[in-house]
Amino acid sequence: MSKYNIKINGTTKVVDVDPTTPMLWVLRDHLNMPGTKYGCGIAMCGACTVHLNGMAMRSCQLPVSAVGSQEITTIEGLSEDAAHPVQKAWLEHDVAQCGYCQSGQIMSAVALLKNNPNPNDEDIEAAMSGNICRCGTYLRIKEAIKTAAKN
Amino acid sequence: MKELNKLDRRSFLKTSALAGGGLMLSFSWIAESKAAKTMQNVAADWNELTGYIKITSDNIIKILCPNPEFGQNVMTSLPMMVAEELGVDWDKVVVEMGPHDNVKLGPQFTGGSNSIRMYWKPLREAGATARQMLRQAAAETWSVPIDEITTKSGVIKHSSGKSATYGEMANKAATLTMPKGLQLKAPKDFDIVSTSQKNVEGKKIVTGKPLFGIDYQVDGMLIAMIQHPPAFGMKLQSFDAAQALKMPGIKDVFSFKLYDTDFVQGGFDTRSFNEMIAVVGNSTWEVMNARKRIKAKWEPTGDMIEVMSGRGGNTEVTVPGRLESTENQMAMMAEKAKAPAKEQRKDGDPETAFKNAATVIERTYNAPFLAHNTMEPMNFFAHVQEDKALVVGPVQAPGWMEPTLGKILNLPADKIEIQMTRMGGGFGRRAYGQYVFEAARISQKMKAPIKLIYSREDDMTYGIYRPMYTATYRAALDANKNLIGFHVKGGGIPESPIHANRFPAGAVDNYLAESWEIPSNVTIGAFRAPRSNFNAAAEQSFLDEVAEAMGKDPIEMRLELLKRAKENPVGKNNDYDADRYAGVLELVREKSGWGKAENQKYNRGVAAYFCHNSYAAHVVDMIDRDGSPYVERVTSAMDCGIVINPDAAANMVEGAVVDGIGNAFYGSMTFKEGQADHNNFNSYRLIRHNEAPKQINVHFVKSEADPTGLGEPPFPPVFGAVANALYKTTGKRFYNQPFDSSDQPTNI
Repeated sequence: MSKYNIKINGTTKVVDVDPTTPMLWVLRDHLNMPGTKYGCGIAMCGACTVHLNGMAMRSCQLPVSAVGSQEITTIEGLSEDAAHPVQKAWLEHDVAQCGYCQSGQIMSAVALLKNNPNPNDEDIEAAMSGNICRCGTYLRIKEAIKTAAKN
Repeated sequence: MKELNKLDRRSFLKTSALAGGGLMLSFSWIAESKAAKTMQNVAADWNELTGYIKITSDNIIKILCPNPEFGQNVMTSLPMMVAEELGVDWDKVVVEMGPHDNVKLGPQFTGGSNSIRMYWKPLREAGATARQMLRQAAAETWSVPIDEITTKSGVIKHSSGKSATYGEMANKAATLTMPKGLQLKAPKDFDIVSTSQKNVEGKKIVTGKPLFGIDYQVDGMLIAMIQHPPAFGMKLQSFDAAQALKMPGIKDVFSFKLYDTDFVQGGFDTRSFNEMIAVVGNSTWEVMNARKRIKAKWEPTGDMIEVMSGRGGNTEVTVPGRLESTENQMAMMAEKAKAPAKEQRKDGDPETAFKNAATVIERTYNAPFLAHNTMEPMNFFAHVQEDKALVVGPVQAPGWMEPTLGKILNLPADKIEIQMTRMGGGFGRRAYGQYVFEAARISQKMKAPIKLIYSREDDMTYGIYRPMYTATYRAALDANKNLIGFHVKGGGIPESPIHANRFPAGAVDNYLAESWEIPSNVTIGAFRAPRSNFNAAAEQSFLDEVAEAMGKDPIEMRLELLKRAKENPVGKNNDYDADRYAGVLELVREKSGWGKAENQKYNRGVAAYFCHNSYAAHVVDMIDRDGSPYVERVTSAMDCGIVINPDAAANMVEGAVVDGIGNAFYGSMTFKEGQADHNNFNSYRLIRHNEAPKQINVHFVKSEADPTGLGEPPFPPVFGAVANALYKTTGKRFYNQPFDSSDQPTNI
């Protein structure tokens, strides 16, 4: 076990865990932040997507020991009340079905829009194809990203 | 005494009025309802008007959703039906997932596309009943005739100018006798039903609130994972947990048996393995790591006898112990398909029709096992104590879990509390409770609250799969290319897909349906209409081929058959309404611009199907994209009667289309020596953003028929439409799923 000070959503959190523990489980089990979801554990589904210094990152592949002083943002850090433009767009298009993958989808979308404020279909597909939605809400996700881009 | 009276008068006798819906039992259930007991302690100010509605004096109006939510949006659409008759503004309503209480809240079963259909009447009756009781309370308070009392937007009014909120009258209303035989609104008067309302949990979803079972936690809770046998047909011989136990954070490692030897299984007690190893510790990562250190030895189960309960009493079923591989499963099926099979339906004289036919078309279709792959893996929380148990998590049918929990924990039903969380997908998988029972067993052993989590690998290799199916279709055409005979012979591992009374039964003079099955130890179950999604793939691509041989447009050919089935049906028990079936085909023809010049750039495939009480038709528009077939656009036509929440309903259909395309192209679980070949998304392919269509245009037949569901019905015909579009794109017929594989046969 080792102690880590990790910057998450603007505050520093202290955890005492095995250095190999993925951030996914640090968030879920140790920091009571279950918005970041477990889907596959091998970076194939995107459900656990967070931002590391603003870049989309699969937290199941990010050991706590590798974070250092880098900033992590999770779905809980976007806004408390769905005020973020991407969250708003998700609500406007009523995207979710089961909703399980959507925090990962939203985190990927936010990272995409940060780098490319006006993505076309191909840009969206390229950035989002690592995020599986088993319910098949892909079309609404694409529309929501376009709406968020406008705002 | 007063408290008891209040409970009695307020809520519980009232439910008897709902018995008309066929869901509520009329015996006194004060002693039965767990929710009633908790109400005594915690909800003093809630006035309960029917089991579904609670109103506080300061006018907070809460509607309980009876059915578990797994993405079909029942938490929005079911309460909408209550609110419609209650006469309140939708945006003033608070919606909450109800407790598990089958007496008070009906069957509480999410599955079979049944939620909307089975709750349509009782939920509107509940709303109407509560509204009437509120009017009655006002009439008595103001000493005026009830006929002079109106309500609008949750406000009660009298012509004299007196008015009160629902909240102000709720306390008195809850003491009144429930009225019966109330008139429900006609569809033309709906204010809420048939308007698009947003998902009531949307905001919680996009902000990452802990909604799902896997998010559930309590103080002192431990994490558990299971090591299951590596293959179907294997069982635990022995294990050494010494190293695993030394790992940090680990509390215990032990083997446990799910069911006792004399356990009689109900239909949803399916379980893949009976003895497994549990690893329990403080955190998921620690448990995952410790699990890898277990040294387990496994041995063949041999044939197993299981006792199943059924309508005709208990039956013994022999589950074969062999270690199955996909190759020999295919060989077994091919062999069995040649043998005589069980006749399911016969009309006319099919033998003679085929003998006299000018042309016989015969095609065989195959489909593999499919894994559900819900994004939230199986998990459940359990806290089993000496005299009671609390279990919490994602489950489609709590009412089916309770008796089994009672048996394995030896607890009466009123000592078992099941709480339902939002489910991260279901597709039928969570109708089977093996993970619930496993969690209960582990908590019982640990004497502690635990949350069992399946890894993705566990979830995929330890499934309740969509069965493996095959069917051979034959069509007999006379010299004038009329369809004079139709024959389907189908089977599967371990069940047959045949629905003998479905279209085209009833439309062909000489018809024969036969089925067979091969027992297996691979566990199977519901999967978004498992038999229908195979049938719709096979039958609808076969009909396409027959239409071509007849020289007819595929939509026109189906419509002609449906006309025959309507005007002069062959045989009895035809399991579809020919008019409504034709209705979705006509609508999809119109909306897709079928046959129009502007759509010539597309390779178009059509299919239609009826299952789970709704009708669906799709036109799939395929293109060649960089050398690969790609579904760019889909037009869908649905008839599910009254559409409760149109935009959410469209979302369901869009999702079913995407899921159908994905499973048609990629879905496949294969086995080697009993072991699943795929254990994660790196080798089990799911459809992704770039493979989804650019457009899905969903249309509903305008209807005042009672509403039916959408979970299953739009899914099956997608497979057939994709197959037919593939033929147009590649010039080859696709008989074997998944379509995106290199071993497509070339029997055309």
